[in-house]
Amino acid sequence: MTAPMARTTPNDARGLGRRLRLARHPAAVVGLILLAVIVTIALIGPYVAPFSPTAVADLPFATPDMHHWLGTDELGRDVLSRVLNGGQSLLGLSVLATAVAYAIGLPAGLAAGYTRSRTTNSIIMRGVDVLLSFPPPLLLLVVATGANSNIWAMVLAVGLVLAAPLTRIVRAGTLDVAQRAYVEAAVARGEHTGRILRREVLPNILSVIFADVGLRLSYAVLLIASVNFLGVGLQPPSSDWGLMIAENRQGLNLNPWMVIVPAMLVAIITVSINLVADGIARTLGTSIERAR
Amino acid sequence: MLRFLLRRIAWAIVTLWIVSVIVFAATSVLSGNAARAVLGKNAAPATLHALESELHLDRSVFYQYWYWLSHFVRGDFGHSAASVIGSDTAHNSIITLIAGPAANSAILAVITVIIMIPVSLLMGVLAATRAGGWMDHVTAIVSLTAISLPEFVTGTILVAIFATALSWLPPVSLIGPGQGVLDVPQILVLPILTLLAATVAECVRMVRSSVIEALDSDYVATARLAGLSESRIMFSYALRNALAPSVQVIALNMQWLVGGIVVVETVFSYPGLGRLFVSAVNLRDIPTTQSIALLLAAIYIALNILADLIITFLVPELRLA
Repeated sequence: MTAPMARTTPNDARGLGRRLRLARHPAAVVGLILLAVIVTIALIGPYVAPFSPTAVADLPFATPDMHHWLGTDELGRDVLSRVLNGGQSLLGLSVLATAVAYAIGLPAGLAAGYTRSRTTNSIIMRGVDVLLSFPPPLLLLVVATGANSNIWAMVLAVGLVLAAPLTRIVRAGTLDVAQRAYVEAAVARGEHTGRILRREVLPNILSVIFADVGLRLSYAVLLIASVNFLGVGLQPPSSDWGLMIAENRQGLNLNPWMVIVPAMLVAIITVSINLVADGIARTLGTSIERAR
Repeated sequence: MLRFLLRRIAWAIVTLWIVSVIVFAATSVLSGNAARAVLGKNAAPATLHALESELHLDRSVFYQYWYWLSHFVRGDFGHSAASVIGSDTAHNSIITLIAGPAANSAILAVITVIIMIPVSLLMGVLAATRAGGWMDHVTAIVSLTAISLPEFVTGTILVAIFATALSWLPPVSLIGPGQGVLDVPQILVLPILTLLAATVAECVRMVRSSVIEALDSDYVATARLAGLSESRIMFSYALRNALAPSVQVIALNMQWLVGGIVVVETVFSYPGLGRLFVSAVNLRDIPTTQSIALLLAAIYIALNILADLIITFLVPELRLA
């Protein structure tokens, strides 16, 4: 048994880089550049902001001038400084919610797709059905009521909302891969299930996951921003972009920039992630469907 | 067909029951005392006790759940915690509280659907017949953008353009006393546009790809060889076969509206069920939150069954499943 056992796995992780020729899709390249700009603003913004995001800097609703490039908000705080400080929370929490979704959806989908037990499969899939029978904003608001708008509970709830369709996608991919010869060979070699899932199944559903991750992230941004907008996520005086839009809407005609700038930034994030995700899905040849 | 439908309804009832347990557990159990939540920390003990017994908080959790659910299914949604304080019982019944807003939400949703269906089909077919052309590319980019945007961002951008910059339409839904939403129809325009932006874009994409797929099929090639006109091919063959996936995505978007109105009504302060729900959540009015949540979930699930039913009707092979 010293001779290396032939590994017949047509591991598609290796070919993935070659197939991801995003450069052929100009829209995806534009998306990638926009995304890089936004991430840069969010990351270095707090260090270059001219004022404190929470300090009163001038009269309320001042229009843009030399000192306040985007004017001031309803409490007289510098809008530019708040915008520069408000990106980190939105992006950070969205990435976290996506990670939660994968931490739940990936094992659940693999288990449901690979198990031979009908009970395990139905428990997982009926759980998914129940989660999907809530309109997402409704589930989030119900959790907000119970958890008193605790932001970590909200991130967990967004993760759960995102995990439900992900579980279905991973399960479908696993069902397909589980019947392949290389998986049967691994079973015949007597490898245990955890190892088979990790070494044989997971690498072969990577393209499914790659096509999904961008969509999942853009949906996470959408839900986290909506949660903050609805007032059940981050609380004032946070300068989160979703919250800024909600707070400043009443003064839209006095200083439009305090609403338009965060709204455009949120828009650019979600649109650019979707452009990239669309490009990835096209290069991978998988159909792209919005998971809401 | 009938067995399928019955099984579907039975499972929906079970789902709805699980949903009711989740809603109740999340709101009542996790949040602690509903009376204290609405009255605040400094409430007088006598007021607190009165509200506690009014809401049955002095009984066990299971009794509370059973009391709520058994009354809910009979159409008695109980009393709002927020308005119990200092008002007579007739006015704080949740059913009177939500009746008007529910009708307003229904008006919003129905008009949206009435516009959504023909526009989606028409634009989808147009994009499909010009597949690969510049109009197709423009449609693709515009619809991807519209799908990607959160509803509150679309709504805010529309307000900035049509209310603030152009002053054509009101930024928020103001209704005078005694007026209904249909008396001031201009307040409906921006909320409906916002709801349409997200839904139509997604439907157009689906209709387009199903029509392209159908146009690519053998029976369309045969029809072309037989000399049928392009419009006849489109409407008698391609569109007919593209209808099932199109109906599916339209139904999904009708379902999406149930959640969509919650956000969009909040953006425009539109006096509907969604805005009432968000304000009940923010006021910690737990009985109202629970009732609206279960009601919206029930509508969501019912629309799901309706969609399944229409699709089984349109795709004969599925009837046997």
